[in-house]
Amino acid sequence: MFAFCADPATLAGAPWLACYLTTGKHMLFYGAFLMVLGLLAITAPLALVFGFGGAMASRSSVAPLRWLGQAYIAMVRGVPDIVFFLFVPIALDQGLEWLRHQILCPDWTDPIRQGRDFVVCAAAKLPQSSAPAWVHSAYGFATAVFAFAVVFGAFAGNVLVGAMHAVPRAQLETAEAYGMTPRQVFARILVPQMWIYALPGLSNLWMILIKATPLLFLLGIPDIVYWARDLGGAKTSAFSYPHPDWRLWYFLALLVFYLGMTKVSETLLGRLTARLSYGQATAAGEALRKAAA
Amino acid sequence: MTCLGVIQSYGLRSLGFGERLLPRSDFTLCDQVVLIGSGLIWNVYFGVLALGLGFFAATGLALAKSARASLIRKPAEWFVFIFRGSPLFIQFFLAYEAFVLLPDIGITIDLGLVTLTATTDWLTRAWAGALIVLFLNTAAYAAEIFHGALLAIPKGDLEAADAYGLTGRKRFARIIWPTMLRLAWPAYTNEAIFLFHATTLVFFSGFPAWQQRGDALYYAKYFADRTFNPFVPYPIVAGYFILLTLVVILVFSLVNRRLNRHLPQKARARLRLRLQLIR
Repeated sequence: MFAFCADPATLAGAPWLACYLTTGKHMLFYGAFLMVLGLLAITAPLALVFGFGGAMASRSSVAPLRWLGQAYIAMVRGVPDIVFFLFVPIALDQGLEWLRHQILCPDWTDPIRQGRDFVVCAAAKLPQSSAPAWVHSAYGFATAVFAFAVVFGAFAGNVLVGAMHAVPRAQLETAEAYGMTPRQVFARILVPQMWIYALPGLSNLWMILIKATPLLFLLGIPDIVYWARDLGGAKTSAFSYPHPDWRLWYFLALLVFYLGMTKVSETLLGRLTARLSYGQATAAGEALRKAAA
Repeated sequence: MTCLGVIQSYGLRSLGFGERLLPRSDFTLCDQVVLIGSGLIWNVYFGVLALGLGFFAATGLALAKSARASLIRKPAEWFVFIFRGSPLFIQFFLAYEAFVLLPDIGITIDLGLVTLTATTDWLTRAWAGALIVLFLNTAAYAAEIFHGALLAIPKGDLEAADAYGLTGRKRFARIIWPTMLRLAWPAYTNEAIFLFHATTLVFFSGFPAWQQRGDALYYAKYFADRTFNPFVPYPIVAGYFILLTLVVILVFSLVNRRLNRHLPQKARARLRLRLQLIR
């Protein structure tokens, strides 16, 4: 990166460190931090959508839909989330390939599961074997995002169902007395009021989501954990920047990164809670009113 | 091989007894159920020991966190913040790397007359190293729960204790501690459930599964990788964990009933399970 980095063997001290920390691999390492933030930015709204869908389905008057919604929301309770993170991407991949196989190659007669192999016709492969490398990694990332959204959607659904129950019944009855249809009550009264009740649960969930991001590593994605292990491992003199086993320091850096994320989120969410409590008929809203008076 | 034979050869495989080689091909449903069930022994081991030891540490930490002297309070606050604010996954990696860096030969302690040599290689093994991390982690989470409960003890209870002349240790053991546990118990049940779930991370985070002695998820991944069929092993793990969760809930609700036995029926705190999953 810097001009004086041309021959690292001659460097020592601070210049060596400056050159070491700006190698191409380190740039990929820093990029992986951005990827974590990107994952959070995509997954959080997506999980909220999934959760909202699940919460709505679990209140539906159509019994099968209600059961489906309730099963979805309940599924994360008894089973470790890592099982889902390992299961969903493979299951999704195989499911998509199987569907494409049925559509694209209807005259294929061989069984798809041949002993240990899962064989679909070449046209049904996802992504196509001729696709460039970035498509493969983007596909891997997308299935990972989907797995996160499914699991955290179930959590969010849990929180939102609770929040919907917490909205005072009198509010809804008043709306009904004004002649609103159930749909109108839901959209105009219930949904706008439920957020303050959902916020503690959702902020808790955000913290959990932050702390779940290193699990990307389990899905085979080169994330910060992957690079920390790769860069930190002992390098012999065959490398340009030889050093002993530094993985401890790299993981310490990750720890500090996550602690920082937690601290920043705590502060911001605290402010948001205060903001949303303003004028609400809750203990927090009452406290704000009294403080101002 | 009949299913009984499979149980004999693989039932305790995760502890190193029975057949040495894992099944390589033609996996039957019985193979998968038995081997994954055998791995569950490790999940129970980590969960029970970490919870059992963590409970006492958490009580101490909660008291330290509500201490008035900042010399005691600050370290407890930092401990809780570090272990609750960072992912358990990273904590496992960090601890493993730290244990690996400890001198291989052992630390020699010179006591003048005798020299003790403390070997440290056992710390890099999952049974000890991962247990330490899980213990510290659950201690931090439970300390936060207990601390919240300490703050929620009704003022009247404490005043009544003062009025009866209870002080010091007696006041703590008879009034504060039981009330704290009673108030914290529903949340602590959640913590216990999710600690058991967190034990599945152990063998995916640096700690190697020595001689392929792994936990339930380790074996499930083994089967899923070999058969490329996730639809059998993962539901089996899920089933086992649902059973384990039900057992945990049963045990904790028995304790809950005992903690609440002096209260009128209606006022008893029912176990309400709330969210708090990955660490």
